[in-house]
Amino acid sequence: MNMIKTILLSALVAFTAPAAFAAGEKGAPIENIDFSFDGPFGTYDVNQLQRGLQVYTEVCSACHGLKYVPLRTLGDDGGPMLPEEQVIEYSKQWEVFDADLDDFREATPVDHFPASGLATAPDLSLMAKKRKAFSGPYGLGINQLLYGFGGAEYITALLHGYTGEEKTQAGVTLYENKYFEGGWLAMGPPLYDEAVEYADGSSNSVEAMAEDVSAFLMWTAEPKMAARKQAGFAGVLFLTLMSVLLYLTNKRLWSTVKHKD
Amino acid sequence: MSGIPHDHYEPKTKGEKWIHSRLPIVGLMYDTLMIPTPKNLNWMWIWGIVLTFCLVLQIITGIVLAMHYNPSVDGAFASIEHIMRNVNGGHMLRYIHMNGASLFFIAVYAHIFRGLYYGSYKAPREITWIIGMIIYLLMMATAFMGYVLPWGQMSFWGATVITGLFGAVPFVGEAIQTLLLGGPAVDNATLNRFFSLHYLLPFVIAGLVILHIWAFHTTGNNNPTGVPVRTTSKEEAEKDTLPFWPYFVIKDLFALAVILVVFFAVVGFMPNYLGHPDNYIEANALATPAHIVPEWYFLPFYAILRAFTAEVWVVQIASFLTGGIVNATFFGVLAMFGSIGVMAAVPWLDTSRVRSGRYRPMFKWWFSLLVVDFFVLMWVGAMPAEEPYATISLLATTYWFAYFLVILPLLGVIEKPDAQPETIEEDFNAHYAPKVGGTTTIVNPAE
Repeated sequence: MNMIKTILLSALVAFTAPAAFAAGEKGAPIENIDFSFDGPFGTYDVNQLQRGLQVYTEVCSACHGLKYVPLRTLGDDGGPMLPEEQVIEYSKQWEVFDADLDDFREATPVDHFPASGLATAPDLSLMAKKRKAFSGPYGLGINQLLYGFGGAEYITALLHGYTGEEKTQAGVTLYENKYFEGGWLAMGPPLYDEAVEYADGSSNSVEAMAEDVSAFLMWTAEPKMAARKQAGFAGVLFLTLMSVLLYLTNKRLWSTVKHKD
Repeated sequence: MSGIPHDHYEPKTKGEKWIHSRLPIVGLMYDTLMIPTPKNLNWMWIWGIVLTFCLVLQIITGIVLAMHYNPSVDGAFASIEHIMRNVNGGHMLRYIHMNGASLFFIAVYAHIFRGLYYGSYKAPREITWIIGMIIYLLMMATAFMGYVLPWGQMSFWGATVITGLFGAVPFVGEAIQTLLLGGPAVDNATLNRFFSLHYLLPFVIAGLVILHIWAFHTTGNNNPTGVPVRTTSKEEAEKDTLPFWPYFVIKDLFALAVILVVFFAVVGFMPNYLGHPDNYIEANALATPAHIVPEWYFLPFYAILRAFTAEVWVVQIASFLTGGIVNATFFGVLAMFGSIGVMAAVPWLDTSRVRSGRYRPMFKWWFSLLVVDFFVLMWVGAMPAEEPYATISLLATTYWFAYFLVILPLLGVIEKPDAQPETIEEDFNAHYAPKVGGTTTIVNPAE
């Protein structure tokens, strides 16, 4: 069993390693935020998603797009859960290109959000998954299990990480941000206090809005998270039961062959 | 099927006899399922079932994914998002397929290292071993091409780097690279042929798996003692073995269920843990990622590939002797394939007469070091190509080759092995003492 011990030990080292690889030389370390969707049982906060949608619509969408996100999914379970008529109403504010008409028309729920209006502004559909901010101290995988991927935390940090410094380089104004890799980015601070007015009277400080829109972007990146965790949980539960039954079957089966003193 | 004497299938009813005289398929299944299996197999003998399960899982999820996937540079990335958002259960299928590849490789590495420790590669199981190595190579090719299909940044740049290696082969390299890519660079033609091959190779693997099983069913399983099953009479053979069904099927299924609990926890709660975030950025030929890192299961061999830079003296000697034909890149490629080559040649490199590592006091230490070496290589493979990682990977690579080419041949000569049990029964009874005076009753549901 000496070998098995060695393998298990080495496996432990290997599994704690991948996350450690990701660390280093990037911007300032990202702090964990207690999002409602962290952990194996975490789900999205519908109100927060709706607030985040408002921030996206009023602020981000000026330059950015969400080209992979169908508008109808705004009404889906586990998402912002807008009522059907609101989804139809909301969709109308976007213009999409229709190849059949060879012209632009008002969007309907079957269309996607428009793509980025500004060529240099990245699409935000998957932003929360294409930035892995942290994997917990010492890169232990278990931290990702409890605290999530870190992409939403990264977006929040970036949105309020501006130092106020600016510089012009090759005719482009760059803004210093302590969380951005390389330190300078072309996007100016997009949020200021009270940038949007929430209908539910929630705080509209920069930090609060940043968290709301980050939660919304986590949803656009992983819209089926709730269903996935549910399926995972059902799988774990079922297989645990299976394991117990198979363990007992195995024990009973071999008891006629093995005779321990 | 096997050389171990045991009861064969006898058709009893008229219907059975009718089928058996025309196509003895029931008999084949019976003999396969009832094969006498050494009763002292430990928990490292469960990986075969896990691997079979993985192959089936990957083929089934893969076939459904292929129904919704669009193998074109303009549509591939979007079609993955379509699967993730619009296809019923598509997000689970895709995450299972993605993490299923990792489970597959965890299992295959455990399976290979089990074989290396217990000497499963030794006569008469060389062909089983060689087929296994071919399966492993095909698995790597399949996984590599599958990783290209989502057409993310790591897909694209991983494909660029790896196919670029073939370009390092002297004289024919460029032609091979062009053939692989279907053009001068990774593009639509590459994606299409990779998709086609990614769909084909698993079935080739399935065929080889049948040969792999056929081969070890002919020789019989190895076991932790390495002592062969007694084949002089059916009575003696039955003291050493138990039928595969139900004893080992139930045992293996139990192990599989436990492993799948962990697997489903990963798929459900952290499906992107083993992935790279850059692969959620659509492929862009104009933006090179800061670090191009392959999937974790390639890292040990990626480390070996990168270990040989132009400064290493062996590379300089090789370059000098061949008049520059063998440069650092080509040397790295040779080393990478060589590192699997020496593993495939291990049946002829290991000179010890003792099969199992359990009775080889010196071997145990060198083997443990090899396992550690493997994980060190995996770690440095993910690190940037700079000091101290360059030196570490060179040392770790050296040990990998030394183990197979120097240590194993020498150990067989200088090592004094411990006493082995006479029979499998003796080993089994040492763990599980028999009832005083009693004989064991064997459940045989076929009777």
